Formats: sequence, C-alpha cells, structure tokens
Amino acid sequence: MDEHRLDGNAAAGVLAEIFTFEITTARAACAHCGATGPLGSSMAYVSEIGTVVRCAACDSVLIRVVRQDDGPQRYWLDLKGVEYLQLRERL
Amino acid sequence: MAGVPHKLAWRIGEVVETSPDTPRTKSLFVEVPGWEGHRAGQHVDVRLTAEDGYQAQRSYSIASAPENGRVELLVERLDDGEVSPYLTDEIRVGDGLELRGPIGGWFAWEAREGGPLLLVAGGSGIAPLMAMIRHRKAVGNDTPARLLYSSRSYEEIIFREELESLAAEDSSLEIIHTLTRSAPPGWKGYDRRIDAEMLAEIAPATEEGPLAFVCGPTPLVETVATALVGLGHEPTRVKTERFGPTGG
Repeated sequence: MDEHRLDGNAAAGVLAEIFTFEITTARAACAHCGATGPLGSSMAYVSEIGTVVRCAACDSVLIRVVRQDDGPQRYWLDLKGVEYLQLRERL
Repeated sequence: MAGVPHKLAWRIGEVVETSPDTPRTKSLFVEVPGWEGHRAGQHVDVRLTAEDGYQAQRSYSIASAPENGRVELLVERLDDGEVSPYLTDEIRVGDGLELRGPIGGWFAWEAREGGPLLLVAGGSGIAPLMAMIRHRKAVGNDTPARLLYSSRSYEEIIFREELESLAAEDSSLEIIHTLTRSAPPGWKGYDRRIDAEMLAEIAPATEEGPLAFVCGPTPLVETVATALVGLGHEPTRVKTERFGPTGG
C-alpha cells in the first residue's frame, strides 16, 4: 500500500466533501502539543484507505478520515487530535 | 465565490486543447461549465472511471492564471501511473474530463498579498507557481519575484520559452535555473540540486520578509523548506506543496 507524505493541501479534497468552509486555511489546535496553524501547513498522509493529517510541530494525529464507497457513501471522521478547529468565511 | 461556502462537486469539463511542453509533460486546457474562477496556486482533483466502475483520482495544480477562462493542467507522464498516461497519451480534444475544484486556499497567492516572492520549483512543481507568475503579469503587478527552478536537463525545463520572454520584458521578475542531470555545453547556470548555499545566494534578505512558495517532489520541498527556515526565514511565510514520488 503506497502512502504519501504530503501537505495538508492533499487532504483538502476529501475534507471539502464534508466541510463547506475552506479547510486548508482553517486553523487547527493540536490536542497533544497545543500548536496552532492552518491545516494547509500540516502534514497529510494519503493512501487508498484514507487520509491522516498530522501536526506539523509534533507529528501527532490531528484528523483521520476514511470514506466508504460501496453503497451509500459514508465517512468516518476522527477529530480527537484537534483541540479546536477555527473555520473562517473567506472574504 | 466570496463568502458563500459551497460543497465541492464533481463535474465534467471539456478538453479544448492539448499541448506538449517537454518530452514527458503535456498541458491540457479544459473548459469547465460554470467555473467560478480560482486563485493562483490552487489545484483540482481529477477522477477517471473505468468501464468496470473502478475509479482512480489524482490532484493536479492549475497552471493557468485566474484571469484566463480555461483551466490549464500540467501533467507529467509517469510510466507506471494509473492516471497520467491516460491524460498524456490517450485523451483527445473534445473528450470530457471529470474534475472538482478549485481546492486549497493555503498554497495560493493573490497579487494584493504582495511579496517579495520567492518561488522554488522542481520539475512539474512549476505548475502552481506558473499560475502565480502569470497572474502577476495578467494584473500588471510588479511585486518583486524570483523563481529558482530545478530541472533534470535543459530540454526538460517546462514553460522554458514563456519564462524567458516573461523575464525579458519584466525587470522585477528573475528566473534562475539549475540543471541536475545534464547541462548543455557552455551552461553558466547552476548544475546541482538545490541546497542551502544556493538558497542563501538567491533568496531575498530575511528583513524583506519574502513570501516563499515551494513545490516539487517531497525531498526537494523538505530540503528547501528546512534550508529557508535555517537561513532565518519566517516559517509561516514558507508555504509548501509536496507531491509524492509516484501516484500519477
């Protein structure tokens, strides 16, 4: 299974299926180390199974998202690595 | 699109032109009905569906300026790729192409954000930076911009002629090439992989607070980002877009 270490940008597509706000500029606070920053500056690990977004500062898991495509589309979204997520309207 | 969140939907664009850039890359020009425009640096997801329903999806940066109505996708052919050989070899003008976007607001630049800009690209990583350079020209912006572009050889410099003419007519745009595998006789430019020493020579002074965009293969991006921060550049002003070694 190939897994690629990419930027938070690479998680933007699947997260945009869930969030209506722009996600790469949304600020996430890491529940582990407290660092905050735009999700676009975090690291994303993308594979056929799903996408894992990790904190750029401490490498802890921020977000895991898995999509199940057989039958009606379902998403598992694990946000427990995120203390909070600040979503902003783009002006 | 300002202010109004919208759900990202798949839609079908039409390939209206294709143009080879180098032996291994091709530009696809796509017209997308209802395209709301993009910001320079954003990407789209492209999805191919086989007859048996199998789907493969990849992300491609948009190389065209927002001011251009057509979406230009730069595709590098990866021999063992699931998607890129179809896009470089098979797809024809008039074919539909399923995509969604634009995606990503982080690795994006608008002229009003200013600079100075330091753009660093490796290979087809030039695509989103080309969108920025073209956007800058399209709106008549003179933010000082420097592009450091790493290619394997002179023949593999993507958008070479356009870059030359853009730099020739714009004294605030500087383009510096480095060739990592072979250089033509008499080549006076850099001929090695990008390293900290090269960046120290090329990057604007840290006091100028340059805004850096780095796009290319993961090792290049990590080398450049680490070196820039090591040289004292503000980490939040070094924006990166990695693409993996495979996956095309």
